[in-house]
Amino acid sequence: MVTVEHKPAPAPALPAVRRRRRGLKVTRGYRVFQAVNAVVLTIVVIVTLYPFVNVVARSFSQEAYIRAGQVNLVPRGFNLSTYKLVMADDMFWANYRNTVFYTVVATAVAIVLTTCYAYVLSKKHLRGRSALVGIAVFTMFFSGGLIPNYILITSLGLKNSVWAIALPNAISVFNLLVMKAFFESMPVELEEAAAVDGLDTYRILWRIVLPLSKAMIATMVLFYAVAFWNSWFSAFLYMDQSDLFPVTVYLRNLIAGATGAGSVGAADADLQTAANIQAVTIVLTVVPILLVYPFVQRYFVSGVMLGAVKG
Amino acid sequence: MSVPGTLDPPRSTPAAGPPAPARPPVVRARRLTWRRALRRDWQLYSLALLPLLFFAVFRYLPMIGNVIAFRKFQPGGNPLGEYWVGLRYVEMFLNDSTFWNVFTNTLVLGVLTLVVCFPLPIVLALLFNELSSRRLKRFVQSVSYLPHFLSVVIIAAMVMQLLSVDGTVNQLVRVFGGEPIPFLQQPEWFRTIYVSSEAWQTVGWGTILYLAALTTIDSDLYEAARIDGASRWRQTWHVTLPGIRPTMVTLLILNIGTFMAVGFEKILLLYNPLTYPTGDVISTYLFRMGVLSNSFSYAAAIGLFEAVIGLTLVLSANLIARRAVGTSLW
Repeated sequence: MVTVEHKPAPAPALPAVRRRRRGLKVTRGYRVFQAVNAVVLTIVVIVTLYPFVNVVARSFSQEAYIRAGQVNLVPRGFNLSTYKLVMADDMFWANYRNTVFYTVVATAVAIVLTTCYAYVLSKKHLRGRSALVGIAVFTMFFSGGLIPNYILITSLGLKNSVWAIALPNAISVFNLLVMKAFFESMPVELEEAAAVDGLDTYRILWRIVLPLSKAMIATMVLFYAVAFWNSWFSAFLYMDQSDLFPVTVYLRNLIAGATGAGSVGAADADLQTAANIQAVTIVLTVVPILLVYPFVQRYFVSGVMLGAVKG
Repeated sequence: MSVPGTLDPPRSTPAAGPPAPARPPVVRARRLTWRRALRRDWQLYSLALLPLLFFAVFRYLPMIGNVIAFRKFQPGGNPLGEYWVGLRYVEMFLNDSTFWNVFTNTLVLGVLTLVVCFPLPIVLALLFNELSSRRLKRFVQSVSYLPHFLSVVIIAAMVMQLLSVDGTVNQLVRVFGGEPIPFLQQPEWFRTIYVSSEAWQTVGWGTILYLAALTTIDSDLYEAARIDGASRWRQTWHVTLPGIRPTMVTLLILNIGTFMAVGFEKILLLYNPLTYPTGDVISTYLFRMGVLSNSFSYAAAIGLFEAVIGLTLVLSANLIARRAVGTSLW
């Protein structure tokens, strides 16, 4: 089906043959279509990017202009004082540090568990392998649900610790299947030769397989790290103290306060003051993702395609 | 590498030999091979121990934990409940008018999301595919993938900024001579807001699998279609679409499987008591019942109901797909 490469491929590109094949005769109708297509895709780009531009514009604007509904593409009443205000908040930085810490710990745990299990599942000769796959795949379609999970985490005493975030999400079955497909695509001769040389399974995995899987592991690290970086609900559910929140929960509390989720009749003035503070917090939260996005995007695409071969 | 497009069937027991008339020897042979497998591969099995522990504790234990749907549960008491109460909580939610309201909302939001967010990536992928400039194509794709990488909190925050009384959408409303609308406070707008933000976030990323499928279509098929005098439109209809049908069916089954679990986190962030009439869904309702009001058994009963419906949906979708078009997940 799809060629599985050890190095992540760039975004799905079509071979030259493919483009030639449909472009033999360019009719007038097709030219019209091309024009319409270009317009539609331009609109798609604008609609996708506009919210970002708008938030950035708001973050540099003065409240008065925002309140008057005059801020769209460019800041009005340009100022940096809102940035200074938000960045002076110790809690914001404490929460940011928490996000980094939770992401690192949870990703590390997830990588170890996922790699181990994916490697085991990739061994076709293993007895009981299909049962081991089934145990994982079944959880994709049926889960215990929110309440039993909540009771479990609470009973285990994991509340207010990083483990409440890291452990329950340690294996994503999708990522597991991606990695399994990758290991299955590796040539068996290498490992057989290593086994003949007297290496046991642990050493084969550590010295032969993993060094050859660096690109795959990097992709997995990205998959998990972005998921943990963006997650908020586990922390929202299991953390009671604000100095333990990740920055996503910080932002959540900011916007929940501003839209009156819970307190509908909130004073209008408060709602407006929050507008540019909200915008600044959104920008500061989203910047790391935007900075790494251009570099990591293709790893994600290739990872998803690898998973699709199996799914 | 060519891999069969099926997942391994979840088999509870390893394949036994054919049902031979001499039964005892078969069983003994199986046990021996198991012992041999353990002796040969114990290191591999040992690598599976921690992951299996994870699945047991954090995936299968909560499934068992659902027994509290049929037992009296006291916070701080036995995690599996104190004593059996039968179907009391099931009857309770079946007679709860709020439950039926959130059930309807779940179905409506689920259907709307499916109807809007399932076909859009297909259309977009076909449009991408027709772009002749390779660089432009890369750029548009990269931009359209971006929202996928954002936290749902950020998406919700941006939705609120755009839809606030002073936001861009209300500025447009004003330009066209309307009065500003507090969109997020009005139940009649909630579905539109939810579905469009969902489309904004998922449409670009959703094209990836279709684009991959498009590259696998045999170019001879287009050649043949053109020789037969098929126009571009007919080529798309008779060659391209059938070519990506397996991907469409697979994604449709998966979408139907997550149908009942409609964007719980996003709804939790976007809704408020004013928009409960249309925005409250099963998962948010059971979250409020369980975690906020401490009615754990009641909430667990609703959650179990939801999970069973979800599983039934995916199994029947899979069955129908296999019968109708010969494509299925397993």
